[in-house]
Amino acid sequence: MHILVCIKQVPDSAQIRVHPVTNTIMRQGVPAIVNPYDLYALEEALRLKDRYRGRITALCMGPPQAEAALRKALAFGADEAILLTDRAFAGADTLATSYALSAAIRQVHQSLPVDLVFAGKQTIDGDTAQVGPGIATRLDMQLLTYVSKIVSLDLSAREIVVHRRSEGGVQVLKTRLPALITVLEGINDMRFASLTDVFRAERHKLTTWSKDDAHIEDVTKIGLKGSPTAVSKVFAPTSTNRRAEIIETQSGQPVDLAATLVAKIVSRHPDVALAINPSPVPDERPL
Amino acid sequence: MTSTETQKAPASRPAGRRVQKLDERLAGYKGVWVFVEYERGHVHPVSWELLGEGRKLADALKVELAAVLLGPPDSAIRAFCDQAIHYGADLCYLACHPALKDYRNAPYTAILTELVNRYCPEILLLGATTLGRDLAGSVATTLKTGLTADCTGLAIDPENRGLAATRPTFGGSLLCTIVTLNYRPQMATIRPRVMVTPQADPARTGRVIDHPVTLVEESIVTKVLQFIPDDHVAEANLPFADIIVSGGRGMKRQENFRLIQDLARVLGAEVGASRPVIQAGWVGADRQVGQSGKTVRPRLYIAAGISGAVQHRVGMDKSDVIIAINEDANAPIFDFAHYGIVGNAMTILPALTQAFTEHLQARKQAC
Repeated sequence: MHILVCIKQVPDSAQIRVHPVTNTIMRQGVPAIVNPYDLYALEEALRLKDRYRGRITALCMGPPQAEAALRKALAFGADEAILLTDRAFAGADTLATSYALSAAIRQVHQSLPVDLVFAGKQTIDGDTAQVGPGIATRLDMQLLTYVSKIVSLDLSAREIVVHRRSEGGVQVLKTRLPALITVLEGINDMRFASLTDVFRAERHKLTTWSKDDAHIEDVTKIGLKGSPTAVSKVFAPTSTNRRAEIIETQSGQPVDLAATLVAKIVSRHPDVALAINPSPVPDERPL
Repeated sequence: MTSTETQKAPASRPAGRRVQKLDERLAGYKGVWVFVEYERGHVHPVSWELLGEGRKLADALKVELAAVLLGPPDSAIRAFCDQAIHYGADLCYLACHPALKDYRNAPYTAILTELVNRYCPEILLLGATTLGRDLAGSVATTLKTGLTADCTGLAIDPENRGLAATRPTFGGSLLCTIVTLNYRPQMATIRPRVMVTPQADPARTGRVIDHPVTLVEESIVTKVLQFIPDDHVAEANLPFADIIVSGGRGMKRQENFRLIQDLARVLGAEVGASRPVIQAGWVGADRQVGQSGKTVRPRLYIAAGISGAVQHRVGMDKSDVIIAINEDANAPIFDFAHYGIVGNAMTILPALTQAFTEHLQARKQAC
């Protein structure tokens, strides 16, 4: 069995700050990490490999420094890692990205047929969840998004059964390989990589592919040129011209502040007051 | 997943430098479409919200607004065509086939793509649900056109009649407006509760256009073995809650969420949280309010110990009344909350619980 896992290197969005005056992104010192959702995808692939044997190829498109993300995948147990990097890919939106990645996957497939492609449900920087469906569509693979559980895999019948999160419930889907699966967070707990694994990953010779290596001939399909969308402006949210009415009382005591606030809410917003309906029984649901 | 620079660098590559003039072939794309998400006898409420927004876009463009419904040939689906018209559609394309009973990517992609190619709309909107995002990604790829995910605002650029789709970017710290260049239709997904549900007008009439569907079940590879409905009683229902009490990092410790729960119980409210709290594992991910969580629009939103980062703000700033409790008088949340108390949430929350309890007792006695 051959599983290909798509990973992306992203800036740790929790650490991105905006300059308070110029409203520009302060990129300095923001660490690059493997997109957290992709680690669930990698772990799910590793579990299938543990059970059914086979090979895992990690694929990452990005600048040369994205190599670090692939080394991490190797340390966790990927057998092969391919960095798809070319200046011609710069500025790609999701359509151009899925074009480049699917071209690379086709090349991988030629040397060793790919049975499953795994990806995270979305990235934390783009948050679009569009590239997975894009790749599946281009490669004519069955698409299973938001998968919360892999129920069974039958390699001889080439069938897989999964739980797919949908609105209001879970779909139990059966499909044929090859398939592309995007996994939900929390589907598994990531394993740890030992120091030996990390050293082994550091020594591993990465494969680096340019657009030519991926046999991409039509440059109008990749990068900025291949992107139907464009950012027309980036801006900070407009101020509402509203400044909260700060509740103050003479004593400044919580009890008085609260009483003053409740009195204002109830008298000025009757519909809010009407919406207050204490639950008759204690809410036992977990937080 | 794996896109490179999905969010392009700000300002350095203004779209103005790229060709935004439409080919003649594409200028023939007319009308605004809303994909109406129908499953198991119900329409997802986001579809009605999008019809309200689609109506505004269609009016700005002076074109028709169409609803698109895919599903099994049952009587309920036809009734929803009328409802879509009541919510603002001028016409409804209806594609029915037994193979469209449950959502599956391949047949839905095939039929929606076929409809777009036949009738050529200039804008196609879908809800950013698990269904809408799955379908939109495949349809946009098949059509080789632009798709903008999770928009929080839509507008028509009066200069070129293009769709300007605004969404948060860079981890929700800024907003960006995305346009689709020389491609049609312009596609966007919009999260539930971002747009207002319009008033339904039962007097409105419109056309229903039946689209004949040829699908062969045997040639559809993916099969739905079962649908396991969620246990709704156990689920938090933030998007439709009337009152929400949310806590942020300022709650300091997981145990302090007890104070949030106490107030929520008195108000009959749902408990929400900001992203840092979810990441710390204090509260389950289904309670996250914000760009990467749920969008809410309750009558009353109480934010305790939440600073008001854009990431959180875009998910809740359409609440009717916002109360903020924060120790830092300069926290950004006071710039868009309606009422604020500058103070320690751990002492203010119990006092609020007490004050609302007293109000309720007084209300009871008055009855």
